[in-house]
Amino acid sequence: MVFLFSSFNFHSHKIRVAVMLHLPLMVTAQVDLVLVLVTVLSLWTRLCHLSYPNAVVFDEVYYGQFVSLYMKRVFFIDDSGPPLGHMILALGAYLGGFDGNFAWNRIGAEYPCSVSVWTLRFLPALCGALCVPLVYLLTLELKFSHLSALGAALLLLLENSLIVQSRFMLLESVLIFFVLLAFFSYLCFYNAPSSSWFRYGWLLLCGASCGAAIGVKYMGLFSYLLLLGVASLHTWNLIGDRTVSHLSVCVQCVCRFFCLLVLPVLLYVFWFYVHLSILSHSGPHDQLMSSAFQASLRGGLSRITQGQPLEVAYGSQVTLKSSASQPIPCWLHSHKANYPIRYENGRGSSHQQQVTCYPFKDVNNWWIVKDPDRQEMMVSSPPRPVRHGDVIQLVHGMTSRFLNSHDVAAPMSPHAQEVSGYINFNVSMAAQNLWRVDISNREVESDVWKTILSEVRLIHVNTSAVLKLSGVSLPDWGFRQLEIVAEKLFKANTGNLGWTVEEHRYGTSQEQKEREVELHSPSHIDVDRKISFWAKFLELQWKMLTVKQEDSEHKYSSSPLEWITMETNIAYWLHSSSNAQIHLIGNPVSWGVANFSLLAYQVLAVFYLLRRRRGFKDLPHGVWCKFVCLGCVCVGGWLVNFVPFLLMEKTLFLYHYLPALCYLYLLSPALLEHMHTHLLSSVTYQRALCVWASAVLLSVFLSYRTFCPLTYGNPELSANELRGLKWRDSWDILYRRR
Amino acid sequence: MEDYKKQWNTPGDTSTLRKRKNLSENTPLSKDPGRWTQDDPGSSNGTLAECHGSDSNNPPATLLLLLVVASLSFSTRFHRLSEPSHVCWDETHFGKMGSYYINRSFFFDVHPPLGKMLIGLAGYLTGYDGTFPFVKPGDKYEDHNYVGMRGFCAVLGSFLPIFAYLIVLELSQSSTAALITAAVLIFDTGCITISQYILLDPILMFFILAAVLCMVKFNHLTQRSFSASWWFWLVMTGASLTGALGVKFVGLFVILLVGLNTISDLWRLLGDLSLSMVDIAKHLVARVVGLIILPLFLYVTIFAIHFVVLNKSGPGDGFFSSAFQSRLIGNNLHNASMPEYLAYGSTITVKNLRIAGGYLHSHWHLYPEGVGAKQQQVTAYLHKDYNNVWRVHKQDHNESQSGPPDLVRHGDIIRLEHKETTRNLHSHLHEAPLTKKHFQVTGYGMNGTGDLNDLWQLEVCGGKKGDLVKVLRSKVRFLHRATGCVLYSSGKTLPKWGWEQVEVTCSPYLKETPSSQWNIEDHINPKLPNISLSLLKPHFLEILLESHIVMIRGNSGLKPKDNEMNSKPWHWPINYQGLRFSGVNETEYRVYLLGNPVLWWMNLASLGLYLIMSAVASVALQRGFSLEPKRKEHAHVLLRGGGLLLLGWLLHYAPFYTMGRVLYYHHYFPAMLFSSMLTGITLDVLFRSADLLLRPPYSDWLQRAGLMGLLFTVLYSFYLFHPLSYGMTGPLAHEPGSSMAGLKWMDSWEF
Repeated sequence: MVFLFSSFNFHSHKIRVAVMLHLPLMVTAQVDLVLVLVTVLSLWTRLCHLSYPNAVVFDEVYYGQFVSLYMKRVFFIDDSGPPLGHMILALGAYLGGFDGNFAWNRIGAEYPCSVSVWTLRFLPALCGALCVPLVYLLTLELKFSHLSALGAALLLLLENSLIVQSRFMLLESVLIFFVLLAFFSYLCFYNAPSSSWFRYGWLLLCGASCGAAIGVKYMGLFSYLLLLGVASLHTWNLIGDRTVSHLSVCVQCVCRFFCLLVLPVLLYVFWFYVHLSILSHSGPHDQLMSSAFQASLRGGLSRITQGQPLEVAYGSQVTLKSSASQPIPCWLHSHKANYPIRYENGRGSSHQQQVTCYPFKDVNNWWIVKDPDRQEMMVSSPPRPVRHGDVIQLVHGMTSRFLNSHDVAAPMSPHAQEVSGYINFNVSMAAQNLWRVDISNREVESDVWKTILSEVRLIHVNTSAVLKLSGVSLPDWGFRQLEIVAEKLFKANTGNLGWTVEEHRYGTSQEQKEREVELHSPSHIDVDRKISFWAKFLELQWKMLTVKQEDSEHKYSSSPLEWITMETNIAYWLHSSSNAQIHLIGNPVSWGVANFSLLAYQVLAVFYLLRRRRGFKDLPHGVWCKFVCLGCVCVGGWLVNFVPFLLMEKTLFLYHYLPALCYLYLLSPALLEHMHTHLLSSVTYQRALCVWASAVLLSVFLSYRTFCPLTYGNPELSANELRGLKWRDSWDILYRRR
Repeated sequence: MEDYKKQWNTPGDTSTLRKRKNLSENTPLSKDPGRWTQDDPGSSNGTLAECHGSDSNNPPATLLLLLVVASLSFSTRFHRLSEPSHVCWDETHFGKMGSYYINRSFFFDVHPPLGKMLIGLAGYLTGYDGTFPFVKPGDKYEDHNYVGMRGFCAVLGSFLPIFAYLIVLELSQSSTAALITAAVLIFDTGCITISQYILLDPILMFFILAAVLCMVKFNHLTQRSFSASWWFWLVMTGASLTGALGVKFVGLFVILLVGLNTISDLWRLLGDLSLSMVDIAKHLVARVVGLIILPLFLYVTIFAIHFVVLNKSGPGDGFFSSAFQSRLIGNNLHNASMPEYLAYGSTITVKNLRIAGGYLHSHWHLYPEGVGAKQQQVTAYLHKDYNNVWRVHKQDHNESQSGPPDLVRHGDIIRLEHKETTRNLHSHLHEAPLTKKHFQVTGYGMNGTGDLNDLWQLEVCGGKKGDLVKVLRSKVRFLHRATGCVLYSSGKTLPKWGWEQVEVTCSPYLKETPSSQWNIEDHINPKLPNISLSLLKPHFLEILLESHIVMIRGNSGLKPKDNEMNSKPWHWPINYQGLRFSGVNETEYRVYLLGNPVLWWMNLASLGLYLIMSAVASVALQRGFSLEPKRKEHAHVLLRGGGLLLLGWLLHYAPFYTMGRVLYYHHYFPAMLFSSMLTGITLDVLFRSADLLLRPPYSDWLQRAGLMGLLFTVLYSFYLFHPLSYGMTGPLAHEPGSSMAGLKWMDSWEF
């Protein structure tokens, strides 16, 4: 630990290690004791009794399942964020020797003794603890005094919500850590003398922490954009600085471009590279990915598809998977049941055999590709591959019905055509069972229809409608399977029209009975197909961004405007038998201080701006720059981390506000110092302000103490005491009735 | 420490100073051209006069060009205006609403009323009698007079190229740039099509461009503050803003544009130390009056006219509160007479008091699997419907059969039975479908027999025990006996299974909000005498607020449907897909709203070009390279004029990315106007910079060749695509015999 600090403190201003080359060899070290003290306190508040409660707390239930999957190296998709955060949590678990065998099924479930709870929670807690010294240093880099730095550190130290969020297996503290680190290193870079090349080390660190912040949660993007804004403003000033030579300006611009734009992007991709190399086994989310992706995972689809013939030929037996993953992935299916003659709403149907999409493997998913001009349904030798533009018929393997479509309204989507297995009822409804093969990715692959690789659109020859999964479930008569329709090409959304051959073999039997036996037999043989990392990365990223989140309301979800006044809290954990409980509740006094300083800064800024515009220079130039920089970082940081949530339509929780809150804690003491030195002229006022500030700090501490039982879950409080803690009516605090 | 401080300060220090100096250098320069073209042509700067060409400071030539633009614009818009003689696309809505004004029946629409009022007025003046039903697109007009309404829209649409011409002329002082813009807009098939039908868009765009034009004119009069023309343009800006907002809420974007421009203008004035604070205050007050108070007043006036004209009951009644409905002639609440106090055994409808809250409603459908208990749905519904009717019962079943019925009092425990399905209003400890913090409300039981969870305690807000419940006037709450929660309308729209009606829950939070308060609207009890109730007439401002909230709710309620093809904002600038106005088959007369692809792609390309050129220009200025005055002038036109137009484009385009409502292709047209104007400026500066490449005589040739090429492209592409707007018959484009054969360049175009 000591090593950690000394190296960490190396760059702070108070510490100068001077190594003289004269004899005797001298080493002088100054250690900022305040910083050390703050760090120790912060480690103590975040790390003590870390393994209590020995139960799953709130979102641990969500992150935990991913940690388990990492341990088992099983592939998954999490649409909530990029993989670095999960990987950090998994690293903690890995260090503690967690084997992934724990079902994270409900909040409050006890961990078995085989799970090392302490290590699971250690890394986020450490990050949370390091935020406190980081804020201290950041304030110094913003050119404010050590006293302000101490104030900011204390506000962060005594913030109950940050403590709660750090002490469990959650990601906000990691995010906040990287964001603060990015700003700190950027300011170090900016403040360093321009002659030193050493400062580009800071810039690299800044870029790296930006990459990490975005890698932990997409929310990191907001702070990253702000940092980019500040950096480009500084670069713009550099461009305007005519004392610097053209060459130097170019070099500096390129350096900044590389460190702040290229590096984070590379790192972001790198996280995915690590992610995909760890997760090499197939798992529960396979179905969301394309067949080619699935085939690259060990187990799962690759086991089935190994050794299949590559090119689809006339006579091939295939299963066709829809490339639409909404609502669920499924295969083209038919069975011995007809559409009802009349639907519930009185519309008629063709009463032919149902064609549906079925989300499970089934023998009824097999179809045979038939040449319309020939009778036989086996593969000739040599096989005649099907190419882009060829016209085929599709015969259902088990029932020998032809895939057919006609101008009859589909059961659930009446604007589209019905698709059926053709039965000739002699009612002057001729078969229209010719389909043209349209390979949509023929530029990338080839114009031969390939298993797994080719994405094919099946276009109905008579009506030029395209075979499509409508996404609607059929009612009971259709066994709740998904509806298949044919829709005019221009009407259909282009997204989900493709079909991929997943299982495939060359048919060898001409007779129906033989064929049924053949279809029931498992498929076999062996080849390995690889797709490149970039293809996998792009597909995974696209899926993560497009998988629809349910935006249903959660019992503890809240709206952004409630966060400012902390109208809401989240119950994280309740002891299974007693009243001991943990809540995400902020420190109300600090929260008030934060809001007050936000308001005060804005009022002051407007006041100064208007006065300056009229030519009154209230502040010396240096102080003004400091003031502006403080506003850019802190108020800007609050804005970019808060305003976007007002526009979002997803389920939001109080903890989404924590990054924004940290910026305000950075602002408050600095603003106080500014008022003290530049606004208050008389000594009396200054003293009063000091007294007032200490009183506020004291009450911050007191309210921290008051809410401690809800923060640490210990000691247990009686129902009356709990009721006393319910400072707002809208807080949900739970009591057991005994 | 001190060293560091210095480091921090110095770079910021010099740069801010320098920037300000730059600004103050720039201002007179950019003001200059405006002044000398208007006041004393050709006096000052020789190089400037040269580079601007002789055309722009020659009034007769300018006037002539303007006349050419105007005549071309009018003739392209009025060509084949009356074709097709059936209802096209959204004419079915806006034509219908025009008719409502003529018939004076009340309706509800998600847009503010001005556009439809103007359409109605135009129809009225040209002899349309409001009798055509406008049922669906494709209906033949026959002998109804529809050309007047179309003509009105076409007139406003014809002004767009003219306004754009003037705006660009004002911003760039170059008639070449203005002519490029005008040509792009005149020969764009999309602009022609959208101007030819009874739609809100031409009206909206007319006001948007008018506002921008007035603003630009106003900006150029900074030297003559408080002169008559200064006041004129200020007031006209304000009036046009009202017009834009009064037609569609998209007008807010242009208000934002003008607002930002005004703020920067005021900021500039504030920095001008030669002006006293009193002068600045005068400027501020003038702008507040001209751009805030006057438009607000006009906007309110529009609504006042709207409510005065529409005084008969119509299809939009149910969206509004009971008090509002009582104003409408023909509504059952107009001069209503009903029993005054709520009694047991009465049939009633219950309306939520939140603004645009619905009637308590239930129907023969159950909550689906997984949404609480699988019992009958209870919702709030905005339309009047027999399923809104409930019956009031006592807690026990024995109702007094004879004699006058008992009256319901504050604190009584009642049961509400749904008249149609005979289920009781019921709640229990299950999560509500959307608001998970609340409990589910269902219909339960049969023929009024249920369980203890069907009991509700009725309270009059602000009442005390024993108070009677006044129909229509009392605000009441329904407290659930068993769980202590209160009947609540959350205002959230249920998904498809709930027929997109509004969720009703039981809230455990007892705070009094309009969402948990209800009033009794209809009240039928044959055993009680009917008394004529004169309701408190609502205040005009209340009506105004109410109608706005209803409109905003309606707008955000327009969610994309699953099977409907919806257009994405990124489709628009690349002209990915148009809108079919009329006709599908080969035999029909087809009109397809699609921008002239050549022009649209040119707009897109010059947008990129603009970004590159302005980046180069601003770096050159910031770095302090010594530039010729002519180049400096170009840079300022690019950065100021172009910047304003780019901002306009962004404001009219970017917000659509955040909108959850269903979007259509035609939403891009206001942004497209700005983009076209930017094209004019960009290409003009590009051509003028030809001498960077070649020496003088050749560079002039290059410039001329470029312009001729551009003109030829515009005309030829218009020739190719004109059937899109003027109508096509015969085979579809993918067949060889079609008039559009070979022109279906993108698969997604549907002609």
